Parts: sequence; C-alpha cells; structure tokens
Amino acid sequence: MTALVRNTESVSIVFIVLGIFICGFVGCGNDTSNRSDSQKELTGTIEIDGSSTVYPISEAVAEEFNKLHPRVRVNVGVSGTGGGFKRFTVGETDISDASRPIKDPKETSVADENGIGYVKMRLGTDGLSVTVSPSNDFVECLTIQELNAIWKPDSKIYNWKDVRLGFPNLKIRLYGPDTDSGTFDYFTEEINGEAQVSRPDYTASADDNVLVQGISGDKGSLGYFGFAYYAENTDKLKLLSVDSGSGCVKPSLQTIPSGEYSPLSRPLFIYVNTDSYKRPEVKIFVDYYMEVGPGLTNEVGYVASSESTYADNKSRLSE
Amino acid sequence: MNEYKPVANSINPNRKRRKIIGASVYCIFLISTLVGIVGLGVLIFDVLDKGIPWLNWQFLTDYPSRKPEEAGLYSALIGTIWLMFMTALLTVPIGVGAAIYLEEYAPRNLLTKAIEINVSNLAGVPSIVYGLLGMALFVYYLGSSEQFLGRTLLAGALTLALLVLPIVIMASREAIRAVPDSYRQGAYAMGADKWQVIKGVVLPSALPGILTGTILAMSRAIGEAAPVIAISALVYMTFIPAHPMERFTVLPIQIYNWVARPQEEFRGLAAAGIIVLLAILLTMNAIAVVLRNKYQTRSEE
Repeated sequence: MTALVRNTESVSIVFIVLGIFICGFVGCGNDTSNRSDSQKELTGTIEIDGSSTVYPISEAVAEEFNKLHPRVRVNVGVSGTGGGFKRFTVGETDISDASRPIKDPKETSVADENGIGYVKMRLGTDGLSVTVSPSNDFVECLTIQELNAIWKPDSKIYNWKDVRLGFPNLKIRLYGPDTDSGTFDYFTEEINGEAQVSRPDYTASADDNVLVQGISGDKGSLGYFGFAYYAENTDKLKLLSVDSGSGCVKPSLQTIPSGEYSPLSRPLFIYVNTDSYKRPEVKIFVDYYMEVGPGLTNEVGYVASSESTYADNKSRLSE
Repeated sequence: MNEYKPVANSINPNRKRRKIIGASVYCIFLISTLVGIVGLGVLIFDVLDKGIPWLNWQFLTDYPSRKPEEAGLYSALIGTIWLMFMTALLTVPIGVGAAIYLEEYAPRNLLTKAIEINVSNLAGVPSIVYGLLGMALFVYYLGSSEQFLGRTLLAGALTLALLVLPIVIMASREAIRAVPDSYRQGAYAMGADKWQVIKGVVLPSALPGILTGTILAMSRAIGEAAPVIAISALVYMTFIPAHPMERFTVLPIQIYNWVARPQEEFRGLAAAGIIVLLAILLTMNAIAVVLRNKYQTRSEE
C-alpha cells in the first residue's frame, strides 16, 4: 500500500516537473512575437559565419539591421575564416566573413563542385601590429628580415642581442595567435613566405587579450595581433614600426589604409553567395551592409575602405 | 593494565616527534583543502567584483550588441534553458532504463561486463570528442538532406545527451544497487512479478539518488562550451528558439565571445554572464539537495 502511494506521488512529481518545462517553453514562444510590430513585410533568415576578425563588423551591421527589420533573423557565427569558407562553399551560409581571400584552388574547387557562385566585397583593412612591453626601451623598429629571423621555423634566436647588434642581453619571449587564426595565416605568409609556417616555441593563444597581458608584463616580450587590440590597450603596450625596405612605418589609422604600412596590412572581406542574394532579405541586408559598412568598420576598430571601393562592391553585386 | 606500562614508556621518548608529525600532517591536509576553497573564493570574488556592476534586468533581457552597455544574453540564457530541459527529457528515460536493465535484468556474463566497463570509460571521454561526434553524426550525416537536423537545438540536445548519459546511468545504477534486497524479496513474497517489484519498490526507493545524479549531470551539461560550439557555431542571435528544430546559442559560447573582445568593458559583461551561469548551476544543485533530503526522510518514516 505504502509502495503504491509513494509510486503515485513520484509519478505526480514527474508530471509537475514536466509541466514546469512546458510552461517555460510556451513562455519562450510568446516573447518572440513581442518584438515584431512595426515592419511586418520582411522576414527570413540570413546565415553568416567566418573570421573572428570580421565578426564585430557583421555583428554591428546585423544589430543595426535588426532595428529596421526586426523579423529577419541574422545569425552570425565565428568559425574562423577557414571554417567559415568550409560552410560557405557547401551552401550552408549566405555570407562568409573572411580576413583573407578565398583559397584557389583548395576552397574555390569545392564551391564550383557545389555550384556556389559568390561575390567578394572588400570592407576595410586591419594592420597586424607588432608590439613589445612598455618597459622595453631599446626597440623602436624592426625590419622584415629581422622579424623573419625571429619567427622562421628553425630560428635559433633566443636572445635580443642576437636580433641586432647593440641590443641588450635579454631573453626574448614570443607571443602570437594560435594556428587556427587568420591572423597567424597572414603574418606567417608575409613574414615567413608561407602560410602556417612558424617557429613552434612561442606562447600561442586564441584569445588576443591573453597575448596583450603576456606582452605587457614581460620586458623581453615580442608579439603580434590585430590593430584593434593595440588600440584598446595603448597604455599596456609599445607599438613597433616595421621596415620593409623603405623606412620604418608605424601602423596607424592613416598608414594602414594608404598602403604605407606594408606588408602587414591585411584586407577584410565578406563573400556573398549570389543565389542567396536573389532572396529579398539577403539583398536588402547586403545593400544595407554596403551603406553602413564604412562607419561601422571604423567604429569597431578597423580602417574602412574608401567610398569608391564600396561603390565598386555594389556595382559588381548588381551584375 | 600495568603490564603494558613498560611498552608505553619505551614509546614515550618519541612522543614529541609523533606529536609534531601528527600536527604537521593535519596542517598539510588542512592546507590541501584550503587551496581548493581559497581558489574558488578568489575566483568568485573576482567575478562578482567585475560582473555585478553589469548585472541588471536589461542584461538578462537584451540581445547581444557591439555596445557593452546595450549588450545582454537573453538568447543565450533561453538557449541554455531549452537545451537543459531537452537534454533531460532525452537522457532520463534512456539512462534510467539502461540502469534498470543492467542492475535488475542483465545476466552476469561477459557481454554485460563489457557494457559496464564501456559505460564507465565513456564517462571519462573529453567533451569535445562528443561535440565532434555530434557534429559528424547529427549535423552532417542526419542533417545534410534538406536540413532534417542541421545545427538545431535537437542536435545539440542529442549531443549533450550522449555526453551525460554515462553519468546518469552510473548514478542510477548506484541508487538502484543501494535498495536493500530484503525490499525486493518482501515484494516477491507478496506475489509481485519482476516489473511490479521494480515499479513499486525499487524505483521509488532509488528515486532520490536517480534525481540527484540526473540534476548534477544536467549541471555539467549546461556548463559545457566545447561540444556546443561545434554544433551551434553561433554567437550573434536576435531571436529565441520557439521549437527544437531552430538554431540556438548558449551561455558558455556568449561568455567565451565576450572574453575575447578587445574592449575592456566586455570582460565585465563576461563576468556578469559567469554569475548568471553560476546562479543557474547553484539553483540546480540546490534543487538536487532539497529533493534528496525530502525523499530520504520520507522513505525512513
């Protein structure tokens, strides 16, 4: 008898718990409708994925876009440039964020196989910034050759005195993005001549803030990452100039877009699937992207491309 | 008594040393315990210190934003709650069923032994492995044909269910094994058959243990970032899923994204997100404790 009573009680508890679950679900369902009153015409889903460097721009555009068209769902992911292209070239996403051009033929062949057409749109430029600790008082500028000597795969440089004659006897400690990062791809390609090729004995992190902390507190440190991370931490880092043969140039909001800061300025793109662009919500979104792109690109810490580049993007898209 | 005295005396010279060893061992163990607690204390203090200024109602009900003062974790919070309940709905019947089979029905043979060893080994597999398995199986294999599953809540819940099933099975087995055999024999003596014994006697007595194990397993599931990143791959979302076949994001992903932002303010938001996640975890653990206490006192009556 008691067993039976206990049994029914436990069953009823299960039902109560289930009831709470369901209430929760229904509650969730109601909330979606609250946000959509003004504009009812435009609906649909836009899928964006790719580079974590471009992510803040796409997020900002999506956020502004949602204020105008609340019923369009814009999903933005951060799988990295390579991960984003993997999804883009099989038609999983409508737009791919990229901090390098699509790889030919490795990635383009996949797109061709799946019949994916696309248009590349330039958004702006990011300057990879080479930094040291503020307590480092002997380096102002490094040449491409010196950077290569430090970062090449079989580098034997463990001390600043081996970098250049006259540098003090101080152990050098290296910091950089991990191998999944587009920043790592770009830096190694420009400095070491081949993407993904680097000396392995450096502190690698997917989180650039970890690099900032490491470089900032270590007198012998040297590291690199996107300009936005330097711009947010000017008090904790010392920015170096880079000499590619025509004198030392410091990355700045002037030298990055002008092309003076070379070769460590990298382009930022979005790739738009041309079939997706035929859908009204994607078309309106991308057109909006081109309209507000320059302002928002600057706002999140990069340097936007010129008006003419954006105009060129638009004209290529309409073809 | 007296005949032992010489022995006691011969030990006496060492007494001081033994006392010192005793005291120092006590200190070492105390310090070992404190390391964990102090570490946790510092962590919680740091998170509270950074996160509390950002924690307000708007933070809970706003969608993500590039502006820290407008950013919130609404979509991630609801996604986490959805995922937790769906994982529970999938895990509990299968986990408890497997535990009942292994404890009550399974013959003691090599196959059973192999299954048991497998289950306990699976509990130790790193979570990212489940994430990749879930991505290959649910997202790509079952999802490729016109988005049957795809990167949906259901795919996420199935993956997390795989992840926590071994924990639920092991906890449920422990609970079922702890039911005294005399209960079963008593029920058999009354003429009950096997299923009646399990349903009427074993399960009700084992329920507190099963519930506790399940809730703790759910706490683990919602704290996992790695497998869900593989499945969802989403950070920015301005809607909340209305049914299990929609896209989703969860708190750990949102926190991870905020931590990696260049702007200092987002670290505050990440800390506030951690507080929310901790609050959910602690609430669930509290529910587990309350349920266990409630049922335990009742079954003792």
